[in-house]
Amino acid sequence: MIAPGAARRLRLFGLVRKETLQILRDPSSLLIAFVLPVVLLLLFGYGVSLDANNVRVTVVVENPTPEAERFIASFANSPYLEVSVMRHRADAEADLVAGRADGVVVLRADFAARLERLDTAPIQLLLDGTEANTARIVRGYAEGVWSAWARQEAMARGRVASVPVVAEPRIWFNPELRSRNFLVPGLIAIIMTLIGTLLTSLVVAREWERGTMEALIATQTGLVELLAGKLVPYFVLGMLAMTLSVAMAVFQFGVPIRGSIAVLFGVAAVFLIGALAMGLFISTVTRNQFVAGQVAIVSGFLPAFMLSGFVFEIGSMPGWIQVLTHAVAARYFVSTLQTLFLAGTIWPVILPDLGAMALIALVFLSATAARTRKRLD
Amino acid sequence: MTGHAVKPEPLVTIDGVAKRFGGRMALDGLSAVVMPGRVTGLVGPDGAGKTTLIRLIAGLLKPSAGAVTVCGFDSIADGEDVRGVVGYMPQRFGLYEDLTVAENLTLHADLRAVTGGDRAAAFQRLLGFTGLEPFRGRLAGALSGGMKQKLGLACTLIRPPRLLLLDEPSVGVDPLSRRELWRMVYELVDQGIGVLWSTAYLDEAERCQSVMLLNEGRLLHSGDPTDLTRRMEGRSFVMRGLDTAGKRGALAEAQKRPDVVDALIQGRSLRLVMREGASAPVGAGAVEPVRPRFEDAFVSLLRTSGGDHAATGVVPSITATAPAADEGGFPVEAVDLTRRFGDFTAVDRVSFMVRRAEIFGLLGPNGAGKSTTFKMLCGLLPMTSGTARLAGISLAHAPALARARLGYMSQKFSLYPDLSVRQNLDFFAGAYGLAGGVRRAAVARMIDGFGLRPFVGSDAGELPLGFKQRLALACAIMHEPAILFLDEPTSGVDPLTRREFWAHINAMAGQGVTVLVTTHFMDEAEYCDRVGIVYRGAIIAMDSPDALKESARDAGLPDPTLEDAFIRLIERHDRARETA
Amino acid sequence: MWSRLRALIIKELLSVWRDRKSRFVLIVPPLIQLFVFSYAATYDVTNIRIAVLNEDAGAPSRDLIARFEAAPDFARVLHLDDASAIARVIDNRDAVMVVHLGVDFSRRLLAGVPTQAQLVLDGRGSNTAQIVMGYASTIIGDFNRDWAALHKLTGPSAPLIERAWFNPNLLSLWVVVPGLMGILTQVVALVVTALSVARERELGTFDQLLVTPLRPAEILIGKIVPALIIGMAEGTLIVVAALLWFRIPLVGSLALLYLSLFVFLLSIIGVGLFISALSGTQQQAILGAFLFLVPAIILSGFATPIENMPEAIRMLTLGNPLRHFLVIVQGIFLKDLPAELVLASVWPMAVIGTVTLGGAVWLFRNRLR
Repeated sequence: MIAPGAARRLRLFGLVRKETLQILRDPSSLLIAFVLPVVLLLLFGYGVSLDANNVRVTVVVENPTPEAERFIASFANSPYLEVSVMRHRADAEADLVAGRADGVVVLRADFAARLERLDTAPIQLLLDGTEANTARIVRGYAEGVWSAWARQEAMARGRVASVPVVAEPRIWFNPELRSRNFLVPGLIAIIMTLIGTLLTSLVVAREWERGTMEALIATQTGLVELLAGKLVPYFVLGMLAMTLSVAMAVFQFGVPIRGSIAVLFGVAAVFLIGALAMGLFISTVTRNQFVAGQVAIVSGFLPAFMLSGFVFEIGSMPGWIQVLTHAVAARYFVSTLQTLFLAGTIWPVILPDLGAMALIALVFLSATAARTRKRLD
Repeated sequence: MTGHAVKPEPLVTIDGVAKRFGGRMALDGLSAVVMPGRVTGLVGPDGAGKTTLIRLIAGLLKPSAGAVTVCGFDSIADGEDVRGVVGYMPQRFGLYEDLTVAENLTLHADLRAVTGGDRAAAFQRLLGFTGLEPFRGRLAGALSGGMKQKLGLACTLIRPPRLLLLDEPSVGVDPLSRRELWRMVYELVDQGIGVLWSTAYLDEAERCQSVMLLNEGRLLHSGDPTDLTRRMEGRSFVMRGLDTAGKRGALAEAQKRPDVVDALIQGRSLRLVMREGASAPVGAGAVEPVRPRFEDAFVSLLRTSGGDHAATGVVPSITATAPAADEGGFPVEAVDLTRRFGDFTAVDRVSFMVRRAEIFGLLGPNGAGKSTTFKMLCGLLPMTSGTARLAGISLAHAPALARARLGYMSQKFSLYPDLSVRQNLDFFAGAYGLAGGVRRAAVARMIDGFGLRPFVGSDAGELPLGFKQRLALACAIMHEPAILFLDEPTSGVDPLTRREFWAHINAMAGQGVTVLVTTHFMDEAEYCDRVGIVYRGAIIAMDSPDALKESARDAGLPDPTLEDAFIRLIERHDRARETA
Repeated sequence: MWSRLRALIIKELLSVWRDRKSRFVLIVPPLIQLFVFSYAATYDVTNIRIAVLNEDAGAPSRDLIARFEAAPDFARVLHLDDASAIARVIDNRDAVMVVHLGVDFSRRLLAGVPTQAQLVLDGRGSNTAQIVMGYASTIIGDFNRDWAALHKLTGPSAPLIERAWFNPNLLSLWVVVPGLMGILTQVVALVVTALSVARERELGTFDQLLVTPLRPAEILIGKIVPALIIGMAEGTLIVVAALLWFRIPLVGSLALLYLSLFVFLLSIIGVGLFISALSGTQQQAILGAFLFLVPAIILSGFATPIENMPEAIRMLTLGNPLRHFLVIVQGIFLKDLPAELVLASVWPMAVIGTVTLGGAVWLFRNRLR
């Protein structure tokens, strides 16, 4: 007989090795751990951009005059706009309906004449409200171009300071406002949630369904060994996927990393333990892979996507949804990731986030321990 | 650690144990002991509470009343100590199918703290003991049913337990593997280990030194199985020399008689068990008394204790109109059926013909190719070469037309568990193209014929096993097929449910339906008019059960069973292969 | 043949409905998603926390700051004392933007010299930064106009008059809810078809089906029609919720919307059957459906505009049925998209549907042989 402590270590080691072998032999878990992150990163890194760079604006010039030409030129000079010129308002409006234009600027036939008379010469900007976000961005661009044009016109006519205050934006951390720079770090939180929660939600349920759990609990294996035996291999898997994702973010997408890498991995470890514990909890409660998978997607993946501030601003959501977001661990991880990548090791942001993640991990771990029984009833 | 004590103390003491699940009493006021150094059989019909009792002893369930003591430890209070002395193999043994044989063993060695030289010795002993040595590197999922059970046993024996709990270890295991399993268990018993073996197969109960007979959560008998068998002395008879029609008529006749407790077809004979005090039966064939079996006692005990959920005498009459007149020739023709999977030839030029109204069985160990043959015949799997005709229609040319003539029922019963009984019937009627009044009439006939009326609104998944089986059969025959395919129809089913099922099949064969059945279960093969023994992808023998038994008779085996004959034939085949 | 099909369709609908788990999957997640995500998936930027650092004591600077404080989208305005605080509030995410007015702000303004208002923005959320910057420009623009009017500075008077068509207040909700109609019906139709065959395989009933006289084509139609019915019902539920609960206008033709939904569902069901034919277990079917759904949603234009994607990926989106359906559903809800434009997006879905359904039939025949 060997000492109880040594026996415990031996059991834990055996369980970890078993789980590792199972992971290595199951292509679907490797697919989720390594292929899915790469696909998602590529899609988000290259495919998804919230920056409207190629805004299609149609300028309707009912009466081509030099004034109108100057106006068109200032629009055409903007790097963000793709300008096309039309003579008839009806054609441009049809483009707007068909979604071929994001915005229409209309210079009426009497534009030059009114300008000459120093009368009001209104310029109309029509936006496509079915793309509300793009419309807002188009409005910003159009306003910028318009005010630059107005200043030039004033100077050309020898007047001064018709634009008394000039806004001088300075964007920190991400001066070109590349959405990739904040989407890619946020995406790491989504990937870690997927690996942590979706994969582990299936593993305990699988043991119940296949009857192996009954054989396991009939041995002297303790609760802690049982849970740790599941956590350790998936933790390693998750950290490997994390390393892969960070490497891709930095080397493939050129996202700067301004904070401490050690802190980054430390925070990721805490988050991952929480996500794994949540998956184990789902698995332990449902004991059924089908339901566990569904619950993991609805309660893990989708909130991480929608309610974490990854794409959608939490502060702009209705109050009751903001309350909900506090229970989503990914919310804290996204905030810390964006800070560590783009800003630096800013403890006043990281520490509260870390505390919240640790609390969530603790809650799920103890809930799982409480629900894991060494009996069948 | 263990040895023969002079006066052995019981390993397990079950004291007034009850277990309730919700409102249902799974076990009620049970008291019994399990002794070391012997095999104790735990027998009873499905749902009797066998698995619940084993889980209670393993400390996996908490008794609602009473207590279980294992080697002096309370199963709940001293759960950890109990787990240290008990080896437990659940029904579907918890093997990791994606791990190899050696990796499964290593895991269990880790879990039971067997290290170093002990481990190497245990591996060597167990791999030799189970004959798994050549398969160390094979994935557990790729093993046959019998090898899986042996590996499961090896895993529980890594550290020799004082008590071994085996929950239905022989389900899905062919006769050869079953014999080896028993040999292994006897070796353990000789070392003083106590074994509790739960089973629905009653020939196994006869091999136990002691049995616990459970029914509906109550203990009907505890002790030596021969005590029970002895009580049946003078009540068991065999009626010999019946022809096909005669045995079916005699069976139907016998099942209607109040003085017959049990009637069972065995090849060309009919085995009868009479009620206590009844006189010897008379019938078409010669009647002679035979030595009673444990199964006689079991059936008699259950039927007289009123615990028989599957009706005895009354065979629900399915008044199916007899299938359309004979098309001539054989309803089932298989010529040179061959199926290859890559390099592996699963079925090699198998040919046979089945006559109208014949019950034909394909008998063979797991992986011999009988399921593959079967699947090709019902069009579930394309054949590599060969031809098959059903009711004279070629499967290759008119598959839908051929399929319309056959009914199919598989081991899993293949019902929609979330649909009600009536919805299942309605669906299958529709799938076979029955509509309107014809469909309503067919559904009503099945509901009445199979006694499903009380359950029409219940979900099929919630039915008791016997009724599930009736429903599956009803769904398969409501379009009045000329040919019925049965794939391991009663594997793992208790004897009473099996009897009821075969009563239906016999009635249908009597009405002219041709039946093809696969099985690895001897009792089922006894019902067949002819049996083809499938081994290594070929039919190595094909004859009536009686003739097969006759061929195995010699000085050493004056009265061979079908199982003896089966094993003899396979051994003979293997020897011929080796010399060739 | 009709009675066989009818039996299949009834069976399929019953087994989806009577199984507690699949009923749950059909009802609960879509409802949660519809209500939570309709409100959560917002690009509206409101309740912003900003900070101001005003080093100038003049009245004009106080006027400008007051305008920031009064703006409805800014929830809280922090007042900073010195420039070193700017880094702190931005770093710690206490404010998304700091408006910094220098010491000579009023003096320059009164002297008629153009002066600057520095806006420091947190680029960690670039979309938010962009929009907040837009808000600030509008406030400063208003200030300028009033200042010019007050001080009789006349320039060319060519005001930019904006009007957003179809969605005058640019509400995200009006865009998101019709979009969710596409996403949620896609999820439901896909999951129902992807799981149906796998479930029958696990139960063993698939073999039972195959030994009946049902032809493979009939079995497939028996899977397609129920999924269509379920998808249509789900779509109807969302349309009703959009009109009655979310109060979103429906200005286009309902008939065209249903025609498009029908074609869209067929193309998705084809994908579902494809996954189903490939997977042996429900587990694989779930993972397969998931692997299709995530990219399909990302590349649909639901969350981010397709025009921003690189050329290669833009080509890829043409094969995504959801991308075409979103154009239609948002168009019909908000802008009465004319029939010829609807049809221009319907035919690509019809092509995709033909390919996926044809592929599924082919795969089924192959797997059965």
